[in-house]
Amino acid sequence: MSDASTSDPQIRVVLAKLGFDGHDRGIKIVARILRDAGMEVIFLGLRQSYKNVVNAVEQEDADAVGLSMHNASHMTLAPKMVDALAEAGLEVPVIVGGIVPDEDIDPLMKTGVAAILGPGASAEEVAQTVRDAVAAVRGSSPQA
Amino acid sequence: MSDPAPDQARAAWQEAYDATKLRDVPFETMSGVPVEPLYGDGPYPGQYPYTRGLHAAGYRSRLWTMRMFAGFGTAEDTNARFKELLRAGGGGLSTAFDMPTLMGRDSDHDWALGEVGHCGVAVDTLADMEDLFADIDLSSVSTSMTINGPAAMIMAMYIAVGEKTGVERSQLAGTIQNDILKEYQAQKEYIFPPRPSMRIVTDMMKFTSTEMPKWHPISISGYHIREAGSNAAQELAFTLANGFAYVEAAVAAGLDIDDFAPRLSFFFNSHSDFFEEIGKFRAARRIWARWMKERYGAKDPRSMMMKFHTQTAGVSLTAQQAEINIGRVAIQALAGALGGTQSLHTDAYDEAMALPTEDAARIALRTQQIVAHETGVTNVVDPLGGAPFVEWMTDEMERRAEDIFAHLLDIGNDSILEGAYAGIDDGYFVGEIADAAYRFEREVNEGKRIIVGVNEFTEGDSGERNLLRIGAEVEEYQLKRLNDVKQRRDNDAVTRVLTQLKTEAADPEINLMPTMIEAVKTFATEGEIVASLEEVFGTYVEKVFL
Repeated sequence: MSDASTSDPQIRVVLAKLGFDGHDRGIKIVARILRDAGMEVIFLGLRQSYKNVVNAVEQEDADAVGLSMHNASHMTLAPKMVDALAEAGLEVPVIVGGIVPDEDIDPLMKTGVAAILGPGASAEEVAQTVRDAVAAVRGSSPQA
Repeated sequence: MSDPAPDQARAAWQEAYDATKLRDVPFETMSGVPVEPLYGDGPYPGQYPYTRGLHAAGYRSRLWTMRMFAGFGTAEDTNARFKELLRAGGGGLSTAFDMPTLMGRDSDHDWALGEVGHCGVAVDTLADMEDLFADIDLSSVSTSMTINGPAAMIMAMYIAVGEKTGVERSQLAGTIQNDILKEYQAQKEYIFPPRPSMRIVTDMMKFTSTEMPKWHPISISGYHIREAGSNAAQELAFTLANGFAYVEAAVAAGLDIDDFAPRLSFFFNSHSDFFEEIGKFRAARRIWARWMKERYGAKDPRSMMMKFHTQTAGVSLTAQQAEINIGRVAIQALAGALGGTQSLHTDAYDEAMALPTEDAARIALRTQQIVAHETGVTNVVDPLGGAPFVEWMTDEMERRAEDIFAHLLDIGNDSILEGAYAGIDDGYFVGEIADAAYRFEREVNEGKRIIVGVNEFTEGDSGERNLLRIGAEVEEYQLKRLNDVKQRRDNDAVTRVLTQLKTEAADPEINLMPTMIEAVKTFATEGEIVASLEEVFGTYVEKVFL
């Protein structure tokens, strides 16, 4: 699958932290990992609203959204982000990174989150998860 | 006097040691071999530049304070925990606030959903602070409060609770973190831009220096800088530089250095690279002493003596095979003890995933009790002092920190304070921290650096997790409480005092603390006070640096 993905158009990823959570060590590392993997990273930084993220996805024609969550607010904020993108008619996968306890993984995936990356994910896993999530959406929408 | 002949220095140490009341325990090994209080040469413990510790007898006279941080749910929940701690013999309370409170926003703010009472206690108004300290005699406890952006409001509330319960502010003892510079550099819990924030910090330093002699108005913290990804030398240098910046700001505001410097305290991280950490702690004391004396002209030795709290490295804890974190914490706690810390918080093994469970918090406390009571390291003052590697590491940490100070003086036109502003503005601090974090991550990813349970020795994770959960009922309760308080209070009085606060904020000559205290007494919310000040000071928005 990596052969196919390298010939795909460059993947554009919006990375953001929603709400108050200020832990930005992880998301900055992920930004560099994705950039090193050849993707274009639109890094919005801290304290973003759903609307800011939706606007960035529209303006930058992004293929995926990455959210970093370390404050146990993943169950409230991530599903709202999925809904906000859907309401805007944007079909982009939302990938959640950070601290998500095991028992929250299934419920969170059921809300429409495309993938969850936990602590200890390797650089290759991070990049491949984004490629796979983007490929799944591109594969399902004939106009892409 | 500062450089007495070696035998005089030794005699002075002996005299100070002999005058110290020691703990009533045998100072001998487990096998019954008596040990001396001190080995090796000067500069001796208790003597400038304090590399070997602040006190002649070290932990022989008094162990470090085992200060465990707590706070969750509603003010009433935390109040119950406080009373339990006090009944169990603790004399010090340490308060954690939830994210909305730390950010200066009320529990009914849009972004507060899912955050209320989660990583600490929720405080919106004076009513919550009254609940938090209900039936606790504020004249007999010391209270540490970990909050920065809205520190002035929280301190005002504490003063108001004291007044209402008949305890004068001069009797209040405690510490408020109030280290705003590291918020822009690492922790990111800022509200206003740096310069008006520093005006509030200096107002608080001035106010406490005249009105609250038992209060520590700032705890200069490297902990968060390290957690955000810096290396040990950067943690050391950025933290001390922030300390110098506060000193410069306070002196510029008209304070005499020896009037406030003795009440400054520090807070460091203890990570897993054992000797590097010990070298860092020893270097920190020496650098502070030298700069305070030589650059800032302090005369009182207490101004030169760096006191610090230590916490083991949360960032080193792994979600994988979480139980093995107990081993990491033990090693980090030992480094803190060998570095001469004044107080220590040991992390719970399950903290990579959530707030600690009660069991995990107990194990963490027991871990430092083992270091204190079983290892024997407390029998000898600075037991590693004089070891060639330890002395070299101490020197090397100092040298690396001095390089960073030179850079800050360069970009700050010979002022560390201006260098701190410039480094925040041009992304120097966040860039250095992100670079160091990425470098470490790449090394782990490439297998150059082994993290047990993560990239090696990965078998054996039971996968069982018993995590602490905070229910949604906390949020419902707090929203109702906030609403009730708003219904009951005199809204005209709130409006009047907030208008006055804005007027005073626009005049840098006025100390904001007195009106801040009046404001919280009207039950103006933290969020309302912050919003009023934002009208004058503006809101800080971080530039995006990658």
